Amino acid sequence: MTGPQLQHVDLDLKGSGHLELNEAETGVHGFWIFLMSDAMVFALLFAVYGTQVAATAGAPGPQAEFKLGSAFIETLILLTSSLTFGLASITMKYDRSCTKLVALLCLTLVLGIAFLGFELNDFATMFSDNATPDRSGFLSVFFALVPTHGLHVTAGCLWILVMLVQIAIFGTDARVKLNLLKLGLFWHFLDIIWIAIFSVVYLQGKLG
Amino acid sequence: MSGDSLWYLLLGRLDAKSLPFVRAWENPNISEIIGAFAGALVVIGAIALVAVLTWKRWWRPLFLEWLTSLDHKKIGIMYIALAGVMFTRALIEAVLMRTQQSLAVNAPGIVGPEHFAQLFSTHGSIMIFFMAMPFLTGLINYVVPLQIGARDVAFPLLNSISLMLTAGGAGLVMVSLAIGEFSTGGWSGYPPYTETAYQPGVGPDYWIWAITLSSIGTTLSGLNFASTIYKKRCPGMHLMRMPLFCWTTLCTAILMIFAMPPLTVATALLALDRYLGFHFFTNDLGGNMMNYVNLFWLFGHPEVYIVILPSFGIYSEVVSAFSSKELYGYTSLVIATMVIALLSFTVWVHHFFTMGQSPDINSYFGIATMLIGVPTGVKVYDWIWTMFRGKLRFTPPMLFSVAFIITFVLGGFSGILLAIPPIDFVVHNTVFLVAHFHNVLIPGTLYGLIAGYQYWFPKAFGFRLSEGWGKISFVCWVVGFYLAFMPLYVLGLGGMPRRSQALFEPDYWPWLLVAEIGAFILLAGLVTLFVQLWVSVRDRESNRVPVGDPWDARSLEWSVSAPPPEYNFATIPHVSGRDTFFLRKVHDGAYKPAHHYRGIEMPKNSWVGPLVGLGSAICAFGLVWHIWWMAGLGFAGIWVPVIARSFVRDTHRWIPAAEVEVADRHWLDLAHATHPVPRELEESHVNRGLAEIIPAEVAA
Amino acid sequence: MPDTNQMPGEGGPSRLPRRAAAILARLAVISGMVELGGCGVLDHGFLGAAGPVAEQTRSLFLLACSILLFVVGPVLMLTPIIAWHYRISNTKSAYRPKWAFNWPLEGLIWIPPLIIVVVLAVFLWRDTHALDPYKPLASPNPPVEVQVVALDWKWLFIYPAEGVASVNELAFPADRPIHLSLTSATVMQSFFVPKLGGQIYAMAGMTTQHNLAASEPGRFRGENTQFNGKGFQNQKFAVLAQSRDDYAAWLSRARAGGKTLDMNAFESLSVRSIQAEPLLFGSVTPGLFQSIVDLDHPGVHAADMKDHR
Repeated sequence: MTGPQLQHVDLDLKGSGHLELNEAETGVHGFWIFLMSDAMVFALLFAVYGTQVAATAGAPGPQAEFKLGSAFIETLILLTSSLTFGLASITMKYDRSCTKLVALLCLTLVLGIAFLGFELNDFATMFSDNATPDRSGFLSVFFALVPTHGLHVTAGCLWILVMLVQIAIFGTDARVKLNLLKLGLFWHFLDIIWIAIFSVVYLQGKLG
Repeated sequence: MSGDSLWYLLLGRLDAKSLPFVRAWENPNISEIIGAFAGALVVIGAIALVAVLTWKRWWRPLFLEWLTSLDHKKIGIMYIALAGVMFTRALIEAVLMRTQQSLAVNAPGIVGPEHFAQLFSTHGSIMIFFMAMPFLTGLINYVVPLQIGARDVAFPLLNSISLMLTAGGAGLVMVSLAIGEFSTGGWSGYPPYTETAYQPGVGPDYWIWAITLSSIGTTLSGLNFASTIYKKRCPGMHLMRMPLFCWTTLCTAILMIFAMPPLTVATALLALDRYLGFHFFTNDLGGNMMNYVNLFWLFGHPEVYIVILPSFGIYSEVVSAFSSKELYGYTSLVIATMVIALLSFTVWVHHFFTMGQSPDINSYFGIATMLIGVPTGVKVYDWIWTMFRGKLRFTPPMLFSVAFIITFVLGGFSGILLAIPPIDFVVHNTVFLVAHFHNVLIPGTLYGLIAGYQYWFPKAFGFRLSEGWGKISFVCWVVGFYLAFMPLYVLGLGGMPRRSQALFEPDYWPWLLVAEIGAFILLAGLVTLFVQLWVSVRDRESNRVPVGDPWDARSLEWSVSAPPPEYNFATIPHVSGRDTFFLRKVHDGAYKPAHHYRGIEMPKNSWVGPLVGLGSAICAFGLVWHIWWMAGLGFAGIWVPVIARSFVRDTHRWIPAAEVEVADRHWLDLAHATHPVPRELEESHVNRGLAEIIPAEVAA
Repeated sequence: MPDTNQMPGEGGPSRLPRRAAAILARLAVISGMVELGGCGVLDHGFLGAAGPVAEQTRSLFLLACSILLFVVGPVLMLTPIIAWHYRISNTKSAYRPKWAFNWPLEGLIWIPPLIIVVVLAVFLWRDTHALDPYKPLASPNPPVEVQVVALDWKWLFIYPAEGVASVNELAFPADRPIHLSLTSATVMQSFFVPKLGGQIYAMAGMTTQHNLAASEPGRFRGENTQFNGKGFQNQKFAVLAQSRDDYAAWLSRARAGGKTLDMNAFESLSVRSIQAEPLLFGSVTPGLFQSIVDLDHPGVHAADMKDHR
């Protein structure tokens, strides 16, 4: 493949077969736009959260229901998974072998699932306290905002799974690399959203 | 397990009463019979379609050449066909509503209150989401890649998915005619009226899922268009050299990316309320419907510009082409478009000045709204100065453009009035408002879409549309508009609320009658468009413009044959200025063979788009009727093809250089053998798509 | 647009610049169609103003229209003239295909519209504050307090000071303004008396406020303009601006009826129905309005499944 070898900062498609570099550029560009649109969804959910956080309507509120400890553990897990994904991206870029890449992706996947496990446990505790979304405006918006992030993480985990299968079949061809690059953006994006959730929802709810 | 719960498991809320035919049988009043008739039309239409496809053996080409195609041109045409079907339904509904109101002054009329409410809800929802949006998306799809010298959009498969999601939503609205009922909450679906407490039936659910599919499809289209324009321009096509239609597309795409999420969030939260008992917009337990109103209009106002800006682009192209003149104030138009797009996010509160907020807030939003008038006015003058010292030919697209300028300015007039809060207080929710938004959307969007359709049709199909019928249609659209909507201004000033199924003020009646006549003339406008299409297809051999430039136009899409080859350009053009093709014609650079032809790689057709569309429609239908297994199946139907597709590596096919060269040389030979046509004769059969060149000394 | 000229004779555009008034009059002649019986229709709205709020709104409306004529006038004249003059068959017209920019012209299309918007913005700011529905109206007499509850498909008016209530009939002495506090016991509705002033929404769990007054005794149509179901078109009410004596008689008629509006009566009143004839209540449970605002259930009169068509 001719032309500049590194147009995109994270993408080294050298020797990875038939894929135009500018096509990869376009793909990443499109994915950034998707993330902006998705960020808009979260921004609006945060806005609705802001207007309804006080509407507890006699049902349990943030003080009673939020457990900072587990939210902090979830934060650590998710941040670590971002680190492991970052390492995976670097491996993909500089390392010819797939083994390390697969190991790091698997680690990310495990961390993602662990995060989801902790989060589901939180929700289950809330449900057992009878803090269900049909009881108040606050619980409604909590169970819209936080699980939307959770669903995104679930989608991310499924995506990692699909990519692992693809690596098994195709190795790291250009499309796998490109997909991993987009997946990385997605994963880090979810991290940022989580930090906002941790600060706005959990910290503010418990301490504010 | 009892029979009832088994029934619920299998068919959810569906029962015999869901069918309008059964309802009409049990309760045969004229309103139910009209409903049953409409349902029957859908069923008969579907059966007829299947029959024709089978009889003509069109199934294979339908799927293999059209539905699975990733060609932006075919996708564009399918979008417009979808818009045409939905337009027909929504316009008939409009006529029915006008008929009802003109008959129902102190009388029952022919349509019952709930049926009337469904009519205005479907009319509005369809006109915005399934007529205007697909129509403009179709035109953008067809034209923009050609205008920027690209072979396709950035993401052809995503494009197909967008189309099929929109089609799935449209299908859902059609199905609601034959199974169940539609929402009565209007196109804006304000809760708490659309909450379960007030509308427990399936109506709002149909609305929610149809809108959601369209909204997601549109977001993806916006993404696609933005990436296309940012990344796929041919060498030399700087942003400031793009045709203005590309600029308005870019702004529309940006609006789609940022303005559709609020709608998706609004409908999703409403769905959570209705399906899982959440309390976002309910009257109780901390719900707050004002959140919905804000979310909806945070989408709703930019949406106005999503549908209007592309038409502004079309007018810019049309006025320049048919004035034989460079567009006046290109930079000004670009800036104005951008300013409009930006300001459109800052004015949403003007849709509910009457909600009781402080006068400071209302003043701010009122002034921001009026500010939009400035760049809009600039655009209007830019078109006028484009005509100034030109040589105008009044073909149908140009006629629509001129009528647009005059009519739209009147809509702007009432728009500024509505932007002033105290005036809004006395005309809000009246038919004055209805008159206003039709007065901006009909000239501002519809005239532009029709103009664009007439303008680019010869490019897409290789023959001109009958100008005679086009002019008849034009007269209907203009006369019909004034008769149908000017009376509504008067009625609105007289305090007539919108969405009224019956009226009690005898003074209203003469005005309603005039509006009714106008509505029928508008319907005639649509009928004449179809007649025009039929006549033109019939006479296509004498109207062919194979060389591809029937209007002596200026941008790149006219520099290729009509219809263009699948790959658009035999060689990717290099651009050195605005109006490239026109400059090439003047300086004898057009219709030249390439020095060197190369093979071209094009995407193969894919079934993913149709499968995703089908899956989404099935999923939505299951959700509407609480048929959970069906919803799950449909959901899988969306994602399985998408994931499976990521494993497909053989996605492109190669068109060899020789094939490209043969086709190109064949077309060039044709161009050289064709007699150029002077502008005076462009509406006659002499026009074969090669324009007589303006002498360079005049053009320069 | 042209209907702006339909102001029905009285009042008159005293605040208008003379020239604008002249243009206005000319346009009125042009749009002759609108004149045919137009006044009858327009008299039902704020142009047939019967109170100070509607009157001020009408002045603002006419002022805005006359300013806007300077915006639309040139376009309406230039477009047909230029389009016709530069038609291809007119061989005498100039042809400058490369002419595409001119600085002075550019200034002309950006700056004057901006100035007009600034001018309009000044009026907008002034009158949005002057005509704020929450702002008490100037009057030598204290306003009548009325609490308004939007129901499906009727309006309930509670007079807390007088201890009476009515359905679909809003009576008040014409020499006193009324101050309305509004809420809804159902979906959002919009309270509107076209001849007296503007609208305001009524929403469940919240109160909004409105101030209206009539110039002289009269009977006006009030309505809900926000669609709320199949009885929507019938949700009209009578607004009676009365002389002091008539108002006193109305009050005693209400009291003589002897009906009491308490929570139970309210519950049965709020069932979805159309109320053809006005109702009067002679006494009202104190604090009933606040109890209605505080109601916290999804809809006391929620439609049952069988009634969804």
